[in-house]
Amino acid sequence: MGASDFAKLPHIGEAVRRKEDYRFLTGAGQYTDDISLANQCYAVFVRSPHAHAIIKGIDLTHAKSMPGVIEIFTGKDLEGKMGGLPCGWLITSTDGTPMKEPPHPVLALGKARHVGDQVALVIAQTLEQAKNAAEAVAVDYEQLPAVVDVRDAAKATALHDVAPDNHCYKWALGDKAQVDATFATAAHVTQLDLVNNRLVPNAMEPRAVIGSYNRANEEYTLYVSNQNPHVERLLMTAFVLGLPEHKVRVIAPDVGGGFGSKIYLYAEDVALTWAAKQINRSIKWTCERSESFLTDAHGRDHVSHAEMAMDKDGKFLAMRVHTDANLGAYLSTFSTCVPTILYATLLAGQYTCPQIYVEVDAWFTNTTPVDAYRGAGRPEATYLLERLVSRCGWELGLEQDEIRKRNFINSWPYQTPVALQYDVGDYLGCMNKAQALADVAGFAARKSSSSSKGLLRGLGYSSYIEACGIAPSNIAGALGARAGLFECGEIRVHPTGSVTVFTGSHSHGQGHETTFAQVVAARLGIAVDAVDVVHGDTGRVPFGMGTYGSRSISVGGAAIMKALDKIETKAKKIAAHLMEASDADIDFVNGEFTVKGTDKKISFGQVALTAYVPHNYPLDKLEPGLNETAFYDPTNFTFPAGTYICEVEVDPATGTTRVDKFTAVDDFGTIINPMIVEGQVHGGLVQGIGQALMEHCIYDRDSGQLLTGSFMDYVMPRADDFPDFNIDTICTPCSHNPLGTKGCGEAGAIGSPPAVINAVLDALRSVGVKDFDMPASSHRVWQAIQAAKA
Amino acid sequence: MYPFTLNQATTLDQACQLAARGATVLAGGQTLLASMKLRMANPEQLVDLGRLKELSGIKLEGNNLRIGAMTKHQDVANSPDVQTTIPALAQLAGQIGDKQVRAMGTIGGSVANNDPAACYPSALLALGAVVHTNARTITAADFFQGLFSTALNPGELITAVSFPVPQNAAYMKFKQPASRFALVGVFVAQTHAGVRVAVTGAASGVFRHLDLEQALEQSFTVKAAASVTIDPTDLNNDLHASAAYRANLISVQTQRAVSLMLAS
Repeated sequence: MGASDFAKLPHIGEAVRRKEDYRFLTGAGQYTDDISLANQCYAVFVRSPHAHAIIKGIDLTHAKSMPGVIEIFTGKDLEGKMGGLPCGWLITSTDGTPMKEPPHPVLALGKARHVGDQVALVIAQTLEQAKNAAEAVAVDYEQLPAVVDVRDAAKATALHDVAPDNHCYKWALGDKAQVDATFATAAHVTQLDLVNNRLVPNAMEPRAVIGSYNRANEEYTLYVSNQNPHVERLLMTAFVLGLPEHKVRVIAPDVGGGFGSKIYLYAEDVALTWAAKQINRSIKWTCERSESFLTDAHGRDHVSHAEMAMDKDGKFLAMRVHTDANLGAYLSTFSTCVPTILYATLLAGQYTCPQIYVEVDAWFTNTTPVDAYRGAGRPEATYLLERLVSRCGWELGLEQDEIRKRNFINSWPYQTPVALQYDVGDYLGCMNKAQALADVAGFAARKSSSSSKGLLRGLGYSSYIEACGIAPSNIAGALGARAGLFECGEIRVHPTGSVTVFTGSHSHGQGHETTFAQVVAARLGIAVDAVDVVHGDTGRVPFGMGTYGSRSISVGGAAIMKALDKIETKAKKIAAHLMEASDADIDFVNGEFTVKGTDKKISFGQVALTAYVPHNYPLDKLEPGLNETAFYDPTNFTFPAGTYICEVEVDPATGTTRVDKFTAVDDFGTIINPMIVEGQVHGGLVQGIGQALMEHCIYDRDSGQLLTGSFMDYVMPRADDFPDFNIDTICTPCSHNPLGTKGCGEAGAIGSPPAVINAVLDALRSVGVKDFDMPASSHRVWQAIQAAKA
Repeated sequence: MYPFTLNQATTLDQACQLAARGATVLAGGQTLLASMKLRMANPEQLVDLGRLKELSGIKLEGNNLRIGAMTKHQDVANSPDVQTTIPALAQLAGQIGDKQVRAMGTIGGSVANNDPAACYPSALLALGAVVHTNARTITAADFFQGLFSTALNPGELITAVSFPVPQNAAYMKFKQPASRFALVGVFVAQTHAGVRVAVTGAASGVFRHLDLEQALEQSFTVKAAASVTIDPTDLNNDLHASAAYRANLISVQTQRAVSLMLAS
């Protein structure tokens, strides 16, 4: 079935209430910490209080004698028994050498490299006993100088022997000589330095793990708060523990948010799985919030210089970018592809800039590892480009919308100079709709009204593009991916006509149980309630690559569509047999099979029953049963895009910056459940505006201590920080997947930060502020105003 | 949390005796319990004042508003007596923490803890309040002794706080964006003893700003407040605000408090 026919089916585009919400809202969700296994004991990790230190010795004598202690493991106990944590993406430097890949031990060996680095695993009968014993573990540290800022990394004490200057790789994309030549003759060049502030993910549910081992069948079961259980199992069995994959079951039950931070294989997951066999007990570890701050992979942390060469009319000719990316102390699972593959390829944005050269240096520092976080590389690219574009306009005396319209891509497919080919879009259409919704025409009057109260009002634009569903697998492999990027779906039609869907996508707040059920119900002409979705269990789902990069509906949903095609083909054969017609004459519409040119019909339920009670059945030609599995590997990324317009009001006396209006018009292609999409946009906007206005992970530059290590100092956005959002969509269906969908999970977080900061700068231009980095906290805005006065 | 013994006092005397023997006093628990959960506080004995009903309640006694030590923030915020006599105090209480904190936290607990960013101490100092204990009465000026320290002796418990009703008052809180404690809170009052300006959140403890008081005593106008240069020397300098920014906020928040009072 094609995307345009699919979009017309019943239930598609319907705001069906989320099937999962009843259990979540009534406290019936089953998160990892809600699960308790027989004979379960508890783990606590001893963590380094220092950012960089030699571990001279660990004395366990006292700790091991404490009440309830079962076992304590240190790095030396694990040495030789398992590999280190792997990195899933190989980046090759411009000189042809592979990136520096230092060992990432499951428990620190010889050295601790960031505050929170795990040094020992304490297991006891109760959690309190494990905590008490962990406090009694005596670690003899010799402190080393620490580095936290990426700009200081080259000259700092080396973290790893393999990277004496703390440099992981230098990577580049584009033709430098050609770009340099264009810059040399351009009528105008705009330059910008900017910092993309580090963020702490802060999923509502902290990470949690239960490791268990069954001596009878030698099987391991790992419960873990994770976004991709099959990937977790593959990485852990193949790269770290060397276990046979069929002996390991990974279950990611209800998961309370991930935002990327639960994609990765973490040390705690491996340590508990291994230790469960050693002590023959089930072991639970639940991360505490302060531990989450120190150990969940962080996001962003780029320092960049960007330049745009233009002709006299503001037409973009070439762009040149250099970025220093902070990878933290170790390579987290997908950390290396974030500031390269997922970043540089987005730098064309929505514009016809014919030449782009981008160079990225990636560095190790004594900070928590940095990896993909809602948007992963694409927010960093969008922030840089959209800030640069607004500045180009201001320097040339063009309004923010005008500079964008002069450079918008207006025909598709469009091949960018940074590898991607956009299939469809309507960037001007999004801009026009957003401007109308934002009442841009009334801005001047609102500005003057603010001004009469002594307040500064500014308008900011961002026209973002994102690339969802990394694909295809063979191209990703050529670019360094050490994993496939397909998805798997299984449709199990039960004899009485209800359906269980097994998907490799993982829902941790996205509402897949509803959206995917709508897809299946629409195709089979049955009720949404007759469809259940199972995910997050390697023991039940055939295979899966999980949920990240806004890929679930476009890749996971497409796999389900392929399985449904197979179901439909087989069901038509059964129907043809029952109605004594030829397969080719069977139509299937709204849950009924009909024979062309006759009034014969038979329901889907009758066909399902026949498949399992095959008394009147072509057993010589067709197997009984109605159960199909499909794998789908996309042929291209999908390209959601949109225009966001932010209006802020700044109080110059205190620097207080309030988002007064925020308008988002997105093109997500086909929308299956508009309510869920709206919720995703709201969440994304809150995260993006949160980064722009308040979130900021700060380490002490001397000691390497995390200064924003709790909600007392790390500013999490709250509902009262935001206005009502003005949200709308347009639709140009994706041309290469059967649903026409593009993905909506990250758009808000990608598009909104530059819209906010452009608005802040627009407001502050009148008081002489020319540049400003996130976050626009009152303090920082006030300081910028004071600096401009000086 | 480490193990501890919870003693639920049924009389004030019993509570005082337990406290005198070293038990940590539990009022609303909004600071203490969080510290215990994080293992940052390790009391072996707790004495809970929750059953001492005589410590709760708000009474208007002549020109004095007497608030029992165990009175919750939400009850101060919602009290018609407070709202009509010292609306600035009701408004202050209504901005402490969040709804859950206000439902549990108490005025006595807040005052005894003397967190340098707490709101209540500024009201006590500006309004010239008196702290009643089981043993004596202490003026606010004597009570607050800088960073988490007070004039309370070991085993001495706050029973109530009395606020003389001012002619006019306003509290302007500028919130630390993460914790939403006062980054700078300024309590301005026109009292029978003169204009008082008390500042919380800005330094190691609550303090009166005498230059602002003097300027406003001479001319109770926004312009007079704005004319005072705020010296940042002893002000806090941290992640959320430089000393210079705090000095600016003291000025701006005072001006806004005065403006609010002039309009009321």
